[in-house]
Amino acid sequence: MKQIAVTVNGTRHEAEVEPRQLLVYFLREQLRLTGTNVGCDTSSCGSCTVLLDGESVKSCTLLAVQADGHEVTTIEGLADGDTYHPMQQAFHEHHALQCGFCTPGMVLAAVSYLKENPKPTEAEVRLALEGNLCRCTGYHNIVKAILAASGAEA
Amino acid sequence: MTAVGQSVLRKEDAKLLTGQGTYVDNLHPAGTVFVSIVRSPYAHARINGIDVSAAAAADGVVGVYTGADLESLWSGGLPCFWPVSDDIKLVKHLPLATDRARYAGDGVAVVVAETRVAAKDAAELVQVDYEPIPSVTDVEAAVADGAPLVHDDAPGNQAYTWELVTGDVDKVFADAAVTVKERYRQQRLIPTAMEPRGVLCEVNAAGDVTVITSTQGPHIMRTAYTLVLGIPEAKIRVIAPDVGGGFGSKLDVYAEDMIVIGLARKLGRPVKWTEERSEANVATIHGRDVIQEIELAATAEGKITGVRTRLRAAMGAYLQAVTPGVPLLGAWLYAGCYDVQAYDFHCTGVFTNTTPTDAYRGAGRPEATYAIERAIGALARQVGKSAVEIRRLNFIDSFPADIASGLQIDSGDYHAALDKGLEVLGYDAVLAEQADRRAANDRKQLGIGFSTYVEMCGLAPSRILGALRYGAGGWESLSVRVLPTGTVQVMSGTTPHGQGHATTFSQIVADRLGVEVSDVEFLSGDTAVVPTGMDTYGSRSLPVGGVALYHASEKVVAKAREIAAHQLEVAADDLDYEAGRFSVKGSPDKGMHVKEAAYVAWTAHNLPDGMEPGLEATYVYDPPNFSWPSGCHIAVVEVDTETGDVQLARYVAVDDIGNVINPMIVDGQVHGGIAQGVAQALWEEAVYDEDGNLLTGSLLNYLVPSAAELPSYELDRTVTPSPTNPLGVKGVGETGTIASTPAVVNAVLDALEPFGVTDIDMPTSPERVWRAIQEAKR
Amino acid sequence: MIPAEFEYEVAGSVDEAIELLGSREDAKLLAGGHSLIPAMKLRIARPGTLVDIGRIAGLSYVREDGDGIAIGALTRHQDVATSELLREHCGIVAHTAGEIGDPQVRHRGTIGGSVSHGDPASDLPGVLLTLDAELVATGPGGERRIAAADFFTGVFETALGPQDVLTEIRVPSLGGAGWAYLKFSRRAQDWATVGVAAVASNGGAKVGLVSMGATPLRASAVEQALASGADAAAAAEHADEGAEPSSDVAGSADYRRHLVRVLTRRALEQALSG
Repeated sequence: MKQIAVTVNGTRHEAEVEPRQLLVYFLREQLRLTGTNVGCDTSSCGSCTVLLDGESVKSCTLLAVQADGHEVTTIEGLADGDTYHPMQQAFHEHHALQCGFCTPGMVLAAVSYLKENPKPTEAEVRLALEGNLCRCTGYHNIVKAILAASGAEA
Repeated sequence: MTAVGQSVLRKEDAKLLTGQGTYVDNLHPAGTVFVSIVRSPYAHARINGIDVSAAAAADGVVGVYTGADLESLWSGGLPCFWPVSDDIKLVKHLPLATDRARYAGDGVAVVVAETRVAAKDAAELVQVDYEPIPSVTDVEAAVADGAPLVHDDAPGNQAYTWELVTGDVDKVFADAAVTVKERYRQQRLIPTAMEPRGVLCEVNAAGDVTVITSTQGPHIMRTAYTLVLGIPEAKIRVIAPDVGGGFGSKLDVYAEDMIVIGLARKLGRPVKWTEERSEANVATIHGRDVIQEIELAATAEGKITGVRTRLRAAMGAYLQAVTPGVPLLGAWLYAGCYDVQAYDFHCTGVFTNTTPTDAYRGAGRPEATYAIERAIGALARQVGKSAVEIRRLNFIDSFPADIASGLQIDSGDYHAALDKGLEVLGYDAVLAEQADRRAANDRKQLGIGFSTYVEMCGLAPSRILGALRYGAGGWESLSVRVLPTGTVQVMSGTTPHGQGHATTFSQIVADRLGVEVSDVEFLSGDTAVVPTGMDTYGSRSLPVGGVALYHASEKVVAKAREIAAHQLEVAADDLDYEAGRFSVKGSPDKGMHVKEAAYVAWTAHNLPDGMEPGLEATYVYDPPNFSWPSGCHIAVVEVDTETGDVQLARYVAVDDIGNVINPMIVDGQVHGGIAQGVAQALWEEAVYDEDGNLLTGSLLNYLVPSAAELPSYELDRTVTPSPTNPLGVKGVGETGTIASTPAVVNAVLDALEPFGVTDIDMPTSPERVWRAIQEAKR
Repeated sequence: MIPAEFEYEVAGSVDEAIELLGSREDAKLLAGGHSLIPAMKLRIARPGTLVDIGRIAGLSYVREDGDGIAIGALTRHQDVATSELLREHCGIVAHTAGEIGDPQVRHRGTIGGSVSHGDPASDLPGVLLTLDAELVATGPGGERRIAAADFFTGVFETALGPQDVLTEIRVPSLGGAGWAYLKFSRRAQDWATVGVAAVASNGGAKVGLVSMGATPLRASAVEQALASGADAAAAAEHADEGAEPSSDVAGSADYRRHLVRVLTRRALEQALSG
């Protein structure tokens, strides 16, 4: 077992983990933050996307020990109290979610992307989502929501 | 303003956007043990022995069980609810194989451990003595002489035969000036709901069984659990919590549920199983996998007179819940939206050493639509007509329409949808660009593909289901309860997994009862809260469940009217009703709202003689007909004629789904459906190697597309309200998937027309496109 | 999707990593983990010990060094892709790093991890081979430079010894030379069905191929044809000479042979027009 300290959604957590504990299971099973979902086992689907020091990563492809000393933001930590993050608000207003399973990962991937490219084109948004799969929406409204959140014309 | 027809934002979103979803794997009662299943790596193998000793001795292991160990837990095999014919072979399907594994992924043993990790580690230690035997995964190879038998009691691997013949087909074909005969392959697909399956079972000291499972069908599951496990149905509570997509794959009755429930009862502890994705690709049902032959008889000008269809449909290794019935769901549709006189459909179900197939979004109807929408293209080529001309010549154009296959289409206007599709597309401009590129011999050629479809959904009239030997009815049960303070509960037998029932159904009730959408609480997915229902599949929630809700609301209004009349001391007929308020004719200021009537009904201090207290009603609605959405989808593709790469450049969808309750949600259903159908046309394919190993066992190689591969879609609608229900609605959950696949493949073929290519298999991968061009050049 | 058990050690320095590699049974280096962890989750890879070098300071950089550019092995794909220095002087490396995986992968995956994994379908190795890049490895015997041509030795095999740590990747400054990297894949996130790198050089071009054999390859026959005066289209017809592509669900060997000729022609047209 290894001792780690990870700041998750602003709260510092010290914990013992097995080295093989994946960050996603550390979040889900040790911290009981179940908003981060597991949709595949090949780092393909992006459902498990969280922010590590503000950047999108697939938490199924990080060991919890690798997050030691870092800051993690999960979907639970994105809103400001009862006020949605603008990306959550845009997803709501543009019907960018149906079953909701890919949604936390999509939202966080989008939040991370707009930091890198605040005014993207539609084509850029689509390419930025290459690592996040959704089976319900056909992506149409997800792309619209992200463009809206960026202030660009949808 | 009425709520119906408005794009009301979803009530469902708040918890899902903030990480508060209740997907099964998020739930973790104290003391839960985890299950890991040992699966056959062989497509076909005798199981000569299983040594569980090393696994049983591993850290954290609670127990290790083989199929033989658990056989006594289940009174029978997994059920098939749709024995379609007399000749069907209802082969035994145990949750864990005991003597023979019949596909790669067939479960043979199960490990229970204190943690997910311990279960996984120990599963590797189970030693199974397999004796591989010859296998067959291809549907045509399976019916060839001498093919290995998947089941010894199903000679020729034939599961069943089924036919539907009307009119004098032979004569129509003999008299035809023109015939075309085509052969298509519906590749095998993997549904891939983003949430893999999961099931969690708790049993209390009284023997009450609570099953929380990622399902589309909690009520069907409750019945199935009783059938397989022998637990009295009344002792079982099934909860479908938040479910992360289904697309048919979570309608099925699965081995893992039976294993988990059986073990929870045996061990007296909560037991949980969560599917991994690479496990899902073998253990959750697959879709399609059908070889289709379709022949059209037509006049010299291209008017279709007869359709003859022959299917060989893969069942996989076993018959799951409705596996044999899937082809039947398309059996009436092989003439599409075209007026024909004679109709002949014949299907053979075939066992193969593969994951069982079952209903996957569209179920039978995408196959039928693909066949006729491609075949009409072949006919157009033969008679020298354009894709648009041939369709206009053949459209059914008066409604209701009795079609040759024997059912009645409720309503439609196929010319109007095609007109609108062409308009949205700007057909002439696209044709001109296509002509320019052809003239310039451009590397990238444009193709325009049409799919004018009709489908039958809103499953289904119970009498028809009975005639087809389906094991259940097609009704739906909805209840409305007005609470004393005026808020409203809806108890729905159809349960959502992303479709937005809570919002849409609230809109329907809000208008009937004159309350706000936010005053309505939608309850579903728990058999203890909603004891009766037929669940969610076949685009039935609105055209069956929504209509039941309408009628239940009307019953509430009728009772409220009696209460209001009594309170206001007038005859019930002397009340007008608008927006929830009854008012006395001629004295509109004198009146009572439904909410007030609810309070009166609750106190019951002064009700009409003989009236039951309370203001609530249930309506069980059995639809008199299917619902028949239709429309015109047009795909524009750009094909790189050197690499074979196909890019979907534009996609226009004009759908007629009757009246629309929530346009935003309807559009979302269409978007998702289109993406799934396009994915079949361009990317997705489950591939087995010659030994029966699934080569597309993960999302690395089973190509579910991302946003980067798809365009935005251009949607529009025409509206012909369905006359068969008071809301005038039709189903919309599957239209996009049904319509889009042939539109895209027709577009690819259109792009390749200058090369003389007239056929290509799906998915139209770059390699297939390249090969088609090479072969046409020879 | 849980890795099998392993020991985990954090290396504070390259020397410490070398020592840990030598003293532990079946030890593997962990950098970003985006090649290794996916394989471990499927239990295809089962190292006894992971030596985490991800925290070693000073191995993440892109800097001018002599007439070339030195890239620290722990530089993430994202930082390679967005490096102004690379964009200006060796744009093909920055561009190619942006083609790897998806944004999340690029936020974690490192150039050193990707290169030392030796995956023949990986984009950067083919580009480094084309550039005649040098790979700097540090082992028990000290530091050595390995030419890219000698580095990739087989499927998931490289010239790195069991105790070697790849520390730096050195690429040339291209000046104004034209270049192209064309990656052909079914989906944006997928590995290359075929990839072709081309860099204009001495009136001709250097050409490298991805997913056309057990290692990244130089298309020597193409380069020779160009040197002999062939135009792009004629030279590209030689692109599959000596290649031994495999057949898999992404494409048959025959298709890859065809595709590599088309992509080579296009890459040459692009590189030579710059």
